[in-house]
Amino acid sequence: MDEIIKVSALTTHYGTSKVLNSIDLSIRRGEIMVIMGGSGSGKSTLLRHILSLNHPSSGSIEILGKDIWKIDTEELNELRKKIGVAFQGGALFGSMTVEDNIAFPLRELTNLDEETIKIMTRIKLEIVNLSGFGHYMPSQLSGGMLKRAAVARAIIMDPQILFFDEPSAGLDPVVAAELDDLILNLRDAMNITIVVVTHELDSAYKIADRITVINKGDLLLVGTVDEIKSSDNQKVQDLINRTPRKQSINAEEYLSRLTDNI
Amino acid sequence: MTAKAFSAFIGTKTVAFVAEAGYFFLLLYESLYWIVVGRFKKQPVRLHLVASEGLKVGIQAIPIVTVLCFSVGVMLAIQGIETLKLFGAESQVIFGITFSMTREFSPLIVGILIAGRSGSAITAKIGTMLGAQEIDALSVIGINPVRYLVSPVLLAMLIMLPALTFLGDIAGLLGGALYSTIRLDMTFDNYLVRTFDVLSIMDLMQGLIKSVMFSLLITIIAASNGFQVKGGAEGVGVATTRSVVLAISSIVMADMIFTYFISR
Repeated sequence: MDEIIKVSALTTHYGTSKVLNSIDLSIRRGEIMVIMGGSGSGKSTLLRHILSLNHPSSGSIEILGKDIWKIDTEELNELRKKIGVAFQGGALFGSMTVEDNIAFPLRELTNLDEETIKIMTRIKLEIVNLSGFGHYMPSQLSGGMLKRAAVARAIIMDPQILFFDEPSAGLDPVVAAELDDLILNLRDAMNITIVVVTHELDSAYKIADRITVINKGDLLLVGTVDEIKSSDNQKVQDLINRTPRKQSINAEEYLSRLTDNI
Repeated sequence: MTAKAFSAFIGTKTVAFVAEAGYFFLLLYESLYWIVVGRFKKQPVRLHLVASEGLKVGIQAIPIVTVLCFSVGVMLAIQGIETLKLFGAESQVIFGITFSMTREFSPLIVGILIAGRSGSAITAKIGTMLGAQEIDALSVIGINPVRYLVSPVLLAMLIMLPALTFLGDIAGLLGGALYSTIRLDMTFDNYLVRTFDVLSIMDLMQGLIKSVMFSLLITIIAASNGFQVKGGAEGVGVATTRSVVLAISSIVMADMIFTYFISR
């Protein structure tokens, strides 16, 4: 399988603190890559760099063979037509109906006639199981429906790569499982390369072909679900076994820690 | 405050001011850039967005602009007649009303009104979109947020503010005429004829040029504050207040500077 995204020696500082530490990552065409890590691990920062929303301190990112920090804005916008993103909160435009949100990239970036745009929008609504909700405003949708509408907008241009930022966050287990199924269906039916940033283990195990584990800006491991589960890296085991960063202490020690500095 | 702390305070404020001024000019350049070359870069400023913003900024402001400028016209007539009565020159109030309204009050009132009404709405809209990742969504779709969000508003402002100022001129002159004709026992026709004798194209142009300047100030200050929102809903509130205060202050100061140079 050929490489569709290549991240090389990516480093990011916020002030004096290092958020990403020389990350090297390769994502293959057609696979579902899950980027996993705890809160503050740097996974969302990595995603923002790959989407070229934030500039890293150093390193490079190649998408479909193009270094996104070296191409000009027009080339970047052309590249972005081949990419879809489903943001954590959906990021649907609040002033438009769901249908208009989904049709928005087509209306802005193509010269297709309105009838074709409507047909394509209805097909995407059907794919994400939201037929009949096109005329709703985003504020009228539930959390799960919002995320599915965001997916419909993300796939409207038939992208080669689809990114998900915390797709299961804030959803109940049933709706989260439905979204996982949708991600798998999209890969199988449309042959899209999918990158998912999440901290939900169950979701990651279900959908991932490979998992990248990041901890405090360091890339710990890249491997299949079985390789991750059987890893002898303590930090990886802490993450997948949900071990707290600091061991629990008894009540007396806890009170003493709270009062020591007063 | 020690001398060192004072120097640090001045230095920090100066750097922040220069950075903000730089951002204003960058945003202005980018907004104008997309208006001029957007079509050639396959990212045109959409006319339906300009029309929609024009409706909000201009058409919906017609009643309030008319009422305010009419009231100011009447107020100028009342004050003018009372003052000129001291010199027995009440009939000369036409000069005061005509010049004050077209050169100063109409563009100023329209500018302040639109800064409060539409400037705050622009800041709140962009700030809220920023918090909801809608600006990021625009970027990753491949749409320049300034082209999509700021340029249409700027274009609408550049059309609507001069139009509203002209409307304000008419309303203000009518207000002044209405009161003056009653107080001075003058016919309405006679008052209007004398107004048109006094009024020159340059007087109207002075107000209209100011309104163009205010359009740029209101849009860019509102948009830049919107793009710099931090901290969710509270941040949007803070930015909106700041945007309105900054826009109104800038309008009044710019008006003073412009009037100084044009009157010399």
